[in-house]
Amino acid sequence: MAEHNVTGQTIIVQELPFKDVPEKKDLLQEDHRSKQFADMDRVIRLYAGERGQLIRILQKAQEIFGYLPEEVQAYIAEKLEIPVSEVNGVVTFYSLFATEPKGKYTLSVCMGTACYVKGAQALMDALKEELKIDEGETTPDGVFTIKSTRCVGACGLAPILMANEDVYGKASPGEIKKIIQTCRKGESVDHKKH
Amino acid sequence: MLIIKSIEDLKRVKEKYEPLIKQRLGHRNGLGLTQIMVCSGTACHSSESQEVRLQLEQELARRGLEEQTRVIKTGCFGFCQYGPIVMVHPGGIFYCQVRPGDVRELVEKHLIGGQVLERLLYHNDSTGKRTPTIEDIHFFQAQRRIVLRNCGVINPEEIGEYIARDGYFALADVILHRKREEVIEMIKKSGLRGRGGAGFPTGRKWELTAAQDIQPKYVVCNADEGDPGAFMDRSILEGDPHSVLEAMTIAGYCIGANQGFIYVRAEYPIAVERLEIAIEQARAAGLLGKGLFGTDFDFDLSLRFGAGAFVCGEETALLHSIMGQRGEPRPRPPYPAQEGLWGKPTLINNVETFANVTVILREGWEWYQGQGTSTSKGSKVFSLAGKINNTGLIEVPMGTTLRTIIFDIGGGIPGGRQFKAVQTGGPSGGCIPAKYLDLPIDYESLKEAGSMMGSGGMIVMDEGDCMVDIARFYLQFSQDESCGRCTPCRVGTKRLLDILTRITEGQGEMEDLEMLEELSYDIRDASLCGLGQTAPNPVLSTLRYFKSEYVAHVRDKRCPAGVCKALLHYTVDEDKCIACGLCAKACAVQAITGAPKQPYWIDPEKCTRCAACVAKCPRQAIQKGTGKDVAVLGGEAGIYAGAGGAENRATL
Repeated sequence: MAEHNVTGQTIIVQELPFKDVPEKKDLLQEDHRSKQFADMDRVIRLYAGERGQLIRILQKAQEIFGYLPEEVQAYIAEKLEIPVSEVNGVVTFYSLFATEPKGKYTLSVCMGTACYVKGAQALMDALKEELKIDEGETTPDGVFTIKSTRCVGACGLAPILMANEDVYGKASPGEIKKIIQTCRKGESVDHKKH
Repeated sequence: MLIIKSIEDLKRVKEKYEPLIKQRLGHRNGLGLTQIMVCSGTACHSSESQEVRLQLEQELARRGLEEQTRVIKTGCFGFCQYGPIVMVHPGGIFYCQVRPGDVRELVEKHLIGGQVLERLLYHNDSTGKRTPTIEDIHFFQAQRRIVLRNCGVINPEEIGEYIARDGYFALADVILHRKREEVIEMIKKSGLRGRGGAGFPTGRKWELTAAQDIQPKYVVCNADEGDPGAFMDRSILEGDPHSVLEAMTIAGYCIGANQGFIYVRAEYPIAVERLEIAIEQARAAGLLGKGLFGTDFDFDLSLRFGAGAFVCGEETALLHSIMGQRGEPRPRPPYPAQEGLWGKPTLINNVETFANVTVILREGWEWYQGQGTSTSKGSKVFSLAGKINNTGLIEVPMGTTLRTIIFDIGGGIPGGRQFKAVQTGGPSGGCIPAKYLDLPIDYESLKEAGSMMGSGGMIVMDEGDCMVDIARFYLQFSQDESCGRCTPCRVGTKRLLDILTRITEGQGEMEDLEMLEELSYDIRDASLCGLGQTAPNPVLSTLRYFKSEYVAHVRDKRCPAGVCKALLHYTVDEDKCIACGLCAKACAVQAITGAPKQPYWIDPEKCTRCAACVAKCPRQAIQKGTGKDVAVLGGEAGIYAGAGGAENRATL
């Protein structure tokens, strides 16, 4: 297609009326979407042969799509030849599956007992106050989601705050601003992952 | 790696790796090699131990030392409070809290200069001295590490090192020389009981599954360690994954299964990675797969991942989850030994139970039986957390007292505070008060004290923890995790939580206490699975030992520990107030008013007890009152800073 040609693209953009620009964006999204489904097909092919791998497939699907919308659930059900109700039953049972999109950064406060007795609740309160959202919600700009998480097993460092996969041990309400700023600055938290 | 077919093959691998291991165990064997062990358990990982490891490697390469020095990943040392841990052999020099910034100095001083870097050694607060080796640290000396013997000694990502520690020899012996019944008999005689919590005799479980005349059969390892504050299983999987693989294969041989599953929490990414590596290496070495040790016995393992449901730790729920279904429990019998995965006989044991199996076969059941108490044999791994100086992972013989664990090994309570209770067994357990500190712990004694062994998490609480609030916290957990299948658990825990919330908010009435107890017994007796049957334990145990605290909340409308927000009130100490107005500015609800040169005043009606003013006050003039007594808060105030009132101490 002409649009994909670099030199051709310049000409076309000049010639195209303004209203057509969003269409191109849609096209890109469409592309992205079909790539996601192609990845999904690979995952299903990999695991469909084994019995009882639905949870694994859903975990992989969540990695690909970020969450599990009904469309994806229906797609998996069709490919595995099982009822959608069964897939949905599993998705809604386990807390690691999300049916709503999450923010770029998920800030999770560990609510294990060790963290709780060392002030996890104060940490959570400060987080809610700072981002002005409630537990389980996402900021309107789609950057942060806050949630409480089950014990991550690093009780020696309680209380624990996690930004995506990154663990902040012995976190205090005072540090929250700094952590949020670090994420905001786009200094990807993932970079610090070891 | 070569395919291992015989005990001789194992011996050859052992010989190759043994010098490395011996040096780490303190032999000065003239290896001409320096080994730097970097703890790579989750806790140290979180405090940048892998960054330390990478920087060490870079620094060594930069200085041309990589030939005679090796940096090795290892499992949890258990001293999580002082992580990241780095240990240098020969000499066994034990460095604590090593930061990436310390690496250069460490290399210069220790590896090049040949001197110990004093600054990073463990500092003994009671003697005021720094001690260089693990032998000088009481935390380690007071323990007996049997199950954890390889954690911190071997590289969990290298099967050869496990073999050098006599790994897979027990498996070879069982497959080549022993009859199934003989092995099961040994496990039975050893007295090993399930480490997952309930304490069912392991040998009996094996026997039951072996007796089923149906094929195929399955072996399952329950690594769904869901109890908050418990991380023993995770540490074993991270530090010594092959011990679990070996024991599962032995179990497979004994019960006649050819397939095993390890059900592990998705929240444990490092454990998952190590298991994947271990399984791959075992397959490559011919220790998993077809025709083990040249016989016709096949056994292979596959991982299954949890997706965040506590109830999946219950065995029938776990089976459903492995089959890719909703993790709901079902009534027993039939037991999994009779009808488990896909309706076939299935043996389910916990990680620590499996880790004990290889020990028993290696050291002999007679030796194992001599450890522990009359009803509970062997040792137990506990994770210490909460208000305790040495948080971390410990292993002690069954029958050790709580006092030894908390005050001797654990180093007591920080900040000179008073011990109040220790919570064992997670949401299924209870809070044990100070009067039971000298109780030798085993399955029976803990049950008698109103708690349970559980998987081995111990959370220590001090006078700043409100026991009513702790009960509410656990109920919230159980309520949240109740799968909803049976009514007593689904509705009952909700009602319990309602009542407890009401009490912590100052809306409780004396009848509520009776109601709590009655409802707790009903839930315990009528629930379908372990989750519901044990969910009331935190309520029952706190009611039993800390009733006065409940009464204070209900009758006097005050929280003696100063935790329950609704029952606190903040006041300004007029003598200390300098009328700077910072508190009024910090207050989000305009509850603080004042004028220049006049002490400020907090309106209790408007105050939301957020403690923002406390943090801002430069003179610490804002006091937190819990009713009768008033405590002045220091700099790092928050609701959790707690106040230890005289009343509260009296409850001890």
